[in-house]
Amino acid sequence: MEHINWIHNIPFFSIFLAMLCGIITALVKNGRLAFKIHSIMVFIIFVMSVILLISVVKNNEIFTFMMGHFPAPWGNELRAGPLEALMAVTFSIVMLLTVSGGSEFIFKDVVPEKQPLYFIMLNALFGAMLALVYTNDIFTAYVFIEINTIASCALIMAKGTPQSMVGTTHYLVISLLGSGLFLLGVCILYSITGHLLFPQMKEAILEIIKTEQYRLPLLVVTGFMFIGIAIKSALFPFHSMLPGAYHSAIPTSSGILSGLVLKSYIILGIKLIYCVFSAEVMHTLKITEVLFVFGLAGMVMGSVYAMRERKMKRMLAYSSVAQIGYIYMGIGMGSRVGMTAACFHILAHAITKTLLFLCCGSFVEDSGGKEKIYHMRGAALRNPLAGIGYTVGALSMIGIPLLAGFISKIYFATASVYSSGKMAAVLIILGVSMVLNALYFLPSVIAIWTPEKGVEMKPVSSVSPLFAVSIVGFILLNFVLGVCYRPITRIIQMSIELLAQ
Amino acid sequence: MGEKKSFWKHLKAWVDGEEVILDADKYIVSRSVKEKKNWGGRYSMENIKGNKKLYGFLSVAISVLFIGIMLSVVNDLPEFGNPSNPANNEVMERYLESGIEETGAINFVAGMILDYRAFDTFGESNVLFLAVMCVVLLLKKDKNNYSEKEEAENWEDDYFDENEKRPILKVGGKLLAPLIILYGIYVILNGHLSPGGGFSGGTIIGAGLILYASAYGQKKMQTFFTFRTFTLICVACLLTYCACKSYSFFTGANHVGYEIPKGIPGNILSSGFILPLNICVGLIVACTMYGFYALFTKGDI
Repeated sequence: MEHINWIHNIPFFSIFLAMLCGIITALVKNGRLAFKIHSIMVFIIFVMSVILLISVVKNNEIFTFMMGHFPAPWGNELRAGPLEALMAVTFSIVMLLTVSGGSEFIFKDVVPEKQPLYFIMLNALFGAMLALVYTNDIFTAYVFIEINTIASCALIMAKGTPQSMVGTTHYLVISLLGSGLFLLGVCILYSITGHLLFPQMKEAILEIIKTEQYRLPLLVVTGFMFIGIAIKSALFPFHSMLPGAYHSAIPTSSGILSGLVLKSYIILGIKLIYCVFSAEVMHTLKITEVLFVFGLAGMVMGSVYAMRERKMKRMLAYSSVAQIGYIYMGIGMGSRVGMTAACFHILAHAITKTLLFLCCGSFVEDSGGKEKIYHMRGAALRNPLAGIGYTVGALSMIGIPLLAGFISKIYFATASVYSSGKMAAVLIILGVSMVLNALYFLPSVIAIWTPEKGVEMKPVSSVSPLFAVSIVGFILLNFVLGVCYRPITRIIQMSIELLAQ
Repeated sequence: MGEKKSFWKHLKAWVDGEEVILDADKYIVSRSVKEKKNWGGRYSMENIKGNKKLYGFLSVAISVLFIGIMLSVVNDLPEFGNPSNPANNEVMERYLESGIEETGAINFVAGMILDYRAFDTFGESNVLFLAVMCVVLLLKKDKNNYSEKEEAENWEDDYFDENEKRPILKVGGKLLAPLIILYGIYVILNGHLSPGGGFSGGTIIGAGLILYASAYGQKKMQTFFTFRTFTLICVACLLTYCACKSYSFFTGANHVGYEIPKGIPGNILSSGFILPLNICVGLIVACTMYGFYALFTKGDI
């Protein structure tokens, strides 16, 4: 009774710490101070998440944490295992590096008196993403999806330009469509199962499958929820809000939105697959097949759109669509190997795309606000660090060995062997998509390293130390994931086995 | 003669449903046709690529399909109020049977949202707070979204606010606003005893504040309710909520002592944390309501 297991309290502490910092920041009037509070908070959560990860991996356990005095079917619950802990670690380190590297953009583009508000949104967004990762209750998930939506819209519109308003409106409308579908799903699911917590729902759903009663509502609900999540995470036909939003937002916001926010919904989806609907039910209802097909379509179409784009940030946004397609293809394979590849790609894309957005933001700033790739000629010579960062990120996205993107593609290809009937489709589309990736990333890399004719390249506008640290950090992370990937994939495999129990 | 005419003018304006300040034109200095901003660049209706008719047809078809699916699902859902529904299970049973004993609240809904599932409600109150902060980020005057012309227009609005008679609104506001606010306070304080609670009571208080502000103008409101007050109230309430619930979650999850007396169910001072939490939620909701009104009308609180 007297013994408190502090490690089991970490999920609860992390969520509440992030929300608490969000609330306190409302009292702060100075942007720099708000930035410090934010960084310290994220760092503390990073340390705690690492401790949690080590502990759960060592004990090979997945535990639930009761939020309050009432046990599972009556009160709220959190749940943490290796997957959750790994995602929390990734989210916090990416958040830390992105915000510290992109702090100059924030201080430059946001009106000084509104900078603390920006950090309120960042803190709340971080708390909500952690809650989505840790939750074991479908209504809690919905509430934090709402927070996520509001905060991400605020991040886009913080720049205050007309373009960013248009981008925000577009993003808001499509996100709300996704949340609305998810909420509809939650309501109907509650009325046919009578529960809101994942484990109890899972039992009730298995019962429904057995008795055939409420079979149609179950099918529709599953459809609604996964369409909702797909819209939120910008799966191919629902991607139209990304380019406008990412193009007009501050690079820091774009990086966080594309690297982390989209992923938090996907992780919720993965938890729903294993903890609520269970893999077999998903398979009987053919939801995985649908996700698989749209994933494949996204991989090709995203790259095709990206090739047609002349502005760098919009190109990166379309490239995100393609990468989200990869993740859904992995989920759609319906095997644990496929899921492992998808989870690894979540990590790889999170660290790579944020790096690309930060470097791109820096190029745009150096070339005086011009955004076309054409105007970026020689940008890397002016700012070599960002140039190297962009090159590494682009090569990783294409899938060059030693980098993170290569490993995830290898895993996707391996996973295809284990899923019967899908192997040919996966391998062909994977090949096509990689070639397309190379076709739009390589020209931009060549462009930034080619000096503009007749213009003297002044070496280096001074780079702020935080930006340098963050870029170097991201590059190192990319190599770490690309070389020492074994432990990470082992953790993912272990966590998926635990989740599927 | 002049008096009479002005009376007639007022009467006529009143019948027409519009309010008039005599010689209002004199004070209007800056109102002009707004220049059209090209907000989206290439997003105008004319430039939409593709077949508009096809889009129209598709949107109708998808909506009809969606309606069809929804109707067939509703047809298959459990019948409303049927005792054998899946939702009437052990969860519901415990809420209803031991709710009073375990939470101390006679209002089961309050017990449910503020004790059994308090984490969700914490999220919800954060949603409100963030929504207001979002609107502040968007609309609060700054150098990007506020020009001198708007400043002049605002000055005119203030002038009219001060000089307009609006007797019905003013007397009505004066009489009704305190009553409405009092009723809101009653609803919040009795949230654990009767239907109501923080969300509904807060909305009522917010409505009272809005009525008062629209009758007497925002300048008068600012004598006691500024942006600083607003932030302080919101932050204080959320922090209280956070502290209470952290304590309760921490003690609950780790099975260490939890010593908040529940009191006698039915008394006003009972049900542990529910009363203070209701007050917090109520204040946040009231501030949110008024904050939206103020920001959307003037761009400032």
